[in-house]
Amino acid sequence: MKRYFRELSVLAALLVVLLGLAVLAPGFYQPQPLLSLLTREAPTLVVACGMALVIISRQIDISVGSQFSVCSVCAGLLAARGWPLAAVLPAAVGLGALLGSLNGALVAGLGLPSIVVTLATMVTLRQGLNLVRQGEFVNLPDGVQWFGLSQAGGQWTLVGLALALLVVLGLGLRHLAAGRQVYAVGTNAEAARLAGVPPRQVTFAVFVLLGALTGLAAVMNIVQSPQVQPLSGAGLELKVIAAVVVGGVAISGGRGNLWGAFAGLLLLACVSPALTHLRIEAYWEKAFQGAIILLAVVADGVRTRRSQP
Amino acid sequence: MSASDAPTPAHGAPAPLLKLERITKSYGGVRALRGVDFELAAGEVHALLGENGAGKSTLIKVATGAHAPDSGRITLGGRTLPALTPVLAQELGIACIYQQPALFPDLSVAENLGLRLERGGRCRRIRWGERRELASRLLARVGAGIDPAAEVRELSMPEQQLVEIACAVGAGAQIVIMDEPTASLTRREQESLFAVVRDLQAHGVGIVYISHRLEEIFALADRVTVLRDGESVGTRPIREHGQTLSEADLIRLMVGREVARLYPPAESVPGEVVLALQDVGCRASGVRQVSLEVRAGEILGLAGLVGAGRTELARLLFGLTPADSGQIRLNGQAVTLRSPREAIARGIAYVPEDRRRHGVILELPIEQNLTLAVHRRLFPGGWLRDGAERSLAEGFIERLGIKCAGPSHPVGTLSGGNQQKVSLGRWLATQPKVLILDEPTQGVDVGAKSEIHRIIRQLAKEGLAVILISSDLPEVLGMSGRIGVMRGGTLVATLPGGTEAPVVMAAALGQGGGK
Repeated sequence: MKRYFRELSVLAALLVVLLGLAVLAPGFYQPQPLLSLLTREAPTLVVACGMALVIISRQIDISVGSQFSVCSVCAGLLAARGWPLAAVLPAAVGLGALLGSLNGALVAGLGLPSIVVTLATMVTLRQGLNLVRQGEFVNLPDGVQWFGLSQAGGQWTLVGLALALLVVLGLGLRHLAAGRQVYAVGTNAEAARLAGVPPRQVTFAVFVLLGALTGLAAVMNIVQSPQVQPLSGAGLELKVIAAVVVGGVAISGGRGNLWGAFAGLLLLACVSPALTHLRIEAYWEKAFQGAIILLAVVADGVRTRRSQP
Repeated sequence: MSASDAPTPAHGAPAPLLKLERITKSYGGVRALRGVDFELAAGEVHALLGENGAGKSTLIKVATGAHAPDSGRITLGGRTLPALTPVLAQELGIACIYQQPALFPDLSVAENLGLRLERGGRCRRIRWGERRELASRLLARVGAGIDPAAEVRELSMPEQQLVEIACAVGAGAQIVIMDEPTASLTRREQESLFAVVRDLQAHGVGIVYISHRLEEIFALADRVTVLRDGESVGTRPIREHGQTLSEADLIRLMVGREVARLYPPAESVPGEVVLALQDVGCRASGVRQVSLEVRAGEILGLAGLVGAGRTELARLLFGLTPADSGQIRLNGQAVTLRSPREAIARGIAYVPEDRRRHGVILELPIEQNLTLAVHRRLFPGGWLRDGAERSLAEGFIERLGIKCAGPSHPVGTLSGGNQQKVSLGRWLATQPKVLILDEPTQGVDVGAKSEIHRIIRQLAKEGLAVILISSDLPEVLGMSGRIGVMRGGTLVATLPGGTEAPVVMAAALGQGGGK
């Protein structure tokens, strides 16, 4: 109970918001808009799971937005050439893993600080994509949208896929030796190395996994519309990192889990529809999200200070 | 009052420099100090002794104004105050030399001294000539041959301590608190530190001296105050009526119980050679041409000064800085040791020197620390089995006598000695054939120290080959069946157990006593 206090308090905050909406704006609970909301957030959730792992291992990847854009455009182009989705999907995942491995190799192999490395790859990938595509949209053939299913069917598929991944990764992080090693490396890499845990391999692996998940998320995003926007991933990194931090993953590594990250993501995602239903102007969305992030960070700060005599 | 049972020191100052009365301090629900009395006279070296967690550091924090006491009275420089602030403590002439000097590594020695000592506004002009001159003068005063223009990062730990002391002198400190100042010093550096302490003493400075090493206290101190469980259990003069306080008395005061024998007797008979090195070296870490053998059931002590290459040899054997010459044989088979994983797989375990940074992961639970090196064996297929983990942890908690509230509590909540036992337990879990212990009792209190000695003996008896690295010479002599002496990266002598300390020290120093 005490161990999961941080996660439970995010969950409590989420429940308070949901309960408040049930009283003040019952309109929020119409099934179709709610499903659409979850569908929109599904790719973000997939990326957030990977980001949580990277942050727990005491690294960060701010290039996920650019990776997402690149994977989206490439997946869109392949689909436009007539590749079936069954082939586009692994191609996008592989491309994401490749981009992640570039970050991973620079961070783990050369020991460079991840914030600088991924800042560089973020800018390079984004500008490279702009240069090559000149901001052009990719029109997708029929049969890509919603995997060729009905809209509701596609939406349920996406939400189900994201939740399944959350559960698998969340359980893996808790119950696999590999997950334990991510925590060990994020808490004290040198002590982990002396205990036979290879910190470089762990670091490399989390970056590759984040890349692969970003590639998957890109596909989960392009199937939601008939066109691929070239900058669909802009700002994704901030959204994902905010969700993870609000969910109780310590930015200094070694602490947190995916359930918290999920709750953090939902809490931030609720802000916009909640404002709509409460008839508050939409400008306030970012302000509220910012306040939530600030509150989470302050709570973490207070907790850490208290635990040190 | 404490003055009644402790006569005024030989120097006989009428009013004490510093007087702490009935100091109490709690952190959360834990009572760190429960009414401690302490006083320091001018020109006195007053040792403060106690097991880890006895309240020494808290008392120091109160005396330097870092923490305010919950109740009690502080009399300093003729003023009686309920609490100090760091600034006030400094103004009233208290300086504290910590084990890890808090200097700016990228600035020069003169700049460091100037920053601490010069007064004036932010926009004043810095007079570099005066600053350098002041630095040279203070460094000369403490007998340090340090260039004031040198960057602090280039200085050794003892040199940095001397800079701190120079700073205290420059600030005109009347009270200097030294917290385990010799922890990282060689014997020779200790001697020069002692000379500085005696010089300060002769100038009427009162010195609070904290150390785990009893022989230093006997060599240096006039009085000793022993803390136990947040209370002062007694203040004793070291020498009284021509009689010296006995070591056993002091240990009894500290632990409140008899430590039967300082070192348990050896019970094991060495068996087969487990580890054999032939001309092993590593250019990167400076280990050269080491040849030695360790047998099952044997404790091989490694003596030598700090920097003699003992830790480097241990890191070589553990695959952290792999050997680039010579041959290593394990159970008669030639092996390579290129990474900790490989060394672990071959049955080598290394309990590192820096427990808090390398030995354990403070934030993780005890059970996770204990199983970290045995994931593959304990969790085949990579799926964690909480039950197996818990029972392994409980086994070690019982076997090693780890005092804790439960296996799921973070290691950071344990005392130093118990953290060390967790570090040791992690390595025993790997079921090693060779156990390398690097300073296993450094910063560990007397009670836990003798427990660790008993455990090491037991392990040897069970057939483990143990390599014991320690800067505590009595420990090496008391524990080891054979003693290897290292100097300049190589093994210079292998002596039989029971060798006299001066012989070992002479070998460690080399002929003519050069480093």
